[in-house]
Amino acid sequence: MYSYSEFDEAFVRERVAQFTQQVERRLDGSLTEDEFRPLRLMNGLYLQLHAYMLRVAIPYGTINPRQMRQLAHIAQTWDKGYGHFTTRQNIQFNWPKLEDVPKMLQALADVGMHAIQTSGNCVRNVTADHFAGAAADEIEDPRPVAELLRQWSTDHPEFQFLPRKFKIAITGSPNDRAVTRAHDIGLRMVRNAKGEPGFEVIVGGGLGRTPMIGHTVRDFLPKADLLPYVEAVLSVYNTLGRRDNKYKARIKITVHETGKEEITRLIEDRFAELRPLFGGNDQKLLAEIEEAFAPPAFRNAPTDAYDAFYKADPTFRSWADTNLATHRNAQYAIVTISLKAHGATPGDATADQMRLIADLAERYGHSEIRISHEQNVILPHVHKSDLPTLHAALAKAGLGTANVGLLSDIIACPGMDYCSLATARSIPVAQEIATRFDELKLEHEIGPLKIKISGCINACGHHHVGHIGILGLDRAGVENYQITLGGDGTETAAIGEKTGPGFAYDEIVPAIERILRAYLEVRQSPEETFLETFRRTGIAPFKAALYGEEGEKDAA
Amino acid sequence: MSRRFTPKIVTANRLREGDVVYLTADDRWSPFHHEAELIEDEAHAQMRLLHASAQKLLVVGAYLADAKPGPNGPEPTHFREEFRTRGPSNYNHGKQADYA
Repeated sequence: MYSYSEFDEAFVRERVAQFTQQVERRLDGSLTEDEFRPLRLMNGLYLQLHAYMLRVAIPYGTINPRQMRQLAHIAQTWDKGYGHFTTRQNIQFNWPKLEDVPKMLQALADVGMHAIQTSGNCVRNVTADHFAGAAADEIEDPRPVAELLRQWSTDHPEFQFLPRKFKIAITGSPNDRAVTRAHDIGLRMVRNAKGEPGFEVIVGGGLGRTPMIGHTVRDFLPKADLLPYVEAVLSVYNTLGRRDNKYKARIKITVHETGKEEITRLIEDRFAELRPLFGGNDQKLLAEIEEAFAPPAFRNAPTDAYDAFYKADPTFRSWADTNLATHRNAQYAIVTISLKAHGATPGDATADQMRLIADLAERYGHSEIRISHEQNVILPHVHKSDLPTLHAALAKAGLGTANVGLLSDIIACPGMDYCSLATARSIPVAQEIATRFDELKLEHEIGPLKIKISGCINACGHHHVGHIGILGLDRAGVENYQITLGGDGTETAAIGEKTGPGFAYDEIVPAIERILRAYLEVRQSPEETFLETFRRTGIAPFKAALYGEEGEKDAA
Repeated sequence: MSRRFTPKIVTANRLREGDVVYLTADDRWSPFHHEAELIEDEAHAQMRLLHASAQKLLVVGAYLADAKPGPNGPEPTHFREEFRTRGPSNYNHGKQADYA
């Protein structure tokens, strides 16, 4: 993976030193909260419901064992012994004290990490396919381009005060695991007629209060044009984006109000101006970065042990069936470590679990670790012969849950248990759904299903693109949960459809159960997934299950 | 006709720790909601909020929250404020652990 250059190192150290002084000046009264707030947000420090929260970027979800151990150290020294992996491939610490934050940032800088641009109206952490560099379906590893974008966007003087925050996602595979169609810019690698790799550029996607699927403004952008093209998009947005209304300030609104054709023309015009200004240094840099992302030296060894274990041990087989993905090297597998044990908080890992993951990555995974936007941890390169031992070690630490891609592999934002913006809780809803279906022993029968829960309309839990989406709201002083069905975050992206009136906190789990029992009843065969069934039948059978044949009219 | 004033308390987070605190009638910042001053008069509420907001080295983000009288002192009326009195529901952290 990429390691910091002297320039990165100096920049991060300087920022830590600045922020250390800013905290001192806040604590001695030289800075008011109004003055300090934008400074702390620039460094990822929020004030939440019960405490401060520090959000640390994990660029394109890539992290090494040394960094993972440092996160464990930070969690144990200055927090409550755990960290929360988020839907933006960040990690959040929920309980830091203000005066400890400079020490935490110093500790992060020691391993080439930081919290810069994890807040504010700038280009945020660039996210990528969590199987990048390993997936069998991949055209090219998208992370060198993501790293190029990270370097370019970090402290970019033109783009520090955009109309609103700006999120870029990138995938190197035709199967979109990075939700590129719901980002401000989505980059999806494709090949042209000549077989050369380039990008489909998608602009103006987003979730939140106005969910929109992005528009393709370029079907094929040569790789060499990427940086000037992205800069052109940002430049057009920076000029046109609305600053009068926070809720209409994202690029999705700009695209919507300007029209796809006109915005495409403006981007292309700006690109024509910018392209000649890029003299090739970006490509030189990209070539250097690409070297840093060279694949590991894969081992060539028999995989019989794996095959034998797979046949003999049903627990291992069940885990292998759900938690392994196809690696480009047939002797290898991509391992997803589930942070979704039934009843646990989605995305949370204790310091001990982080250390174990770091050890296992070193021993069995070529020292590579990824964090997924689905709040799990990935070991991208594990030789199949090592899988039985790896699984046993994971299971011992509560990390062996065989549920990836199933019902209990739920995405949930922190919700009103932590977040000051939330309008309802989301974590306990996730916990209870997982616990309930574990009791029913139905999740394998139900098969592939993505449930995503947000605790407010900002949609950090991606509920709009969940097969089942749950949105927690405050309805007249009571928690109320709205359900959407049929959302999809992949290359066939779709925004979920609202079922109707919401459900109270103690009604939401039974409501989800009614939906899934209806699915089991109406599906044509066990092979027809929930999403396929929904696409075939539409919302009607699920509405009937939720509200009864008559209920819907009355309740609305 | 203006709406009737509902009773309030002043709440904020401690600057250093971030902990949720409540302004008492004798000008302390208490971790307990039931020790807060229940303010029944709108003008007095504004004065108390100003007093709280001026304490820049102690607290951050002071605001007025709805409350109602209870047997042991003021109680929150909204679930958000209720959560703030105890901490998150997924772990025994925050006030529910610190003052158990």
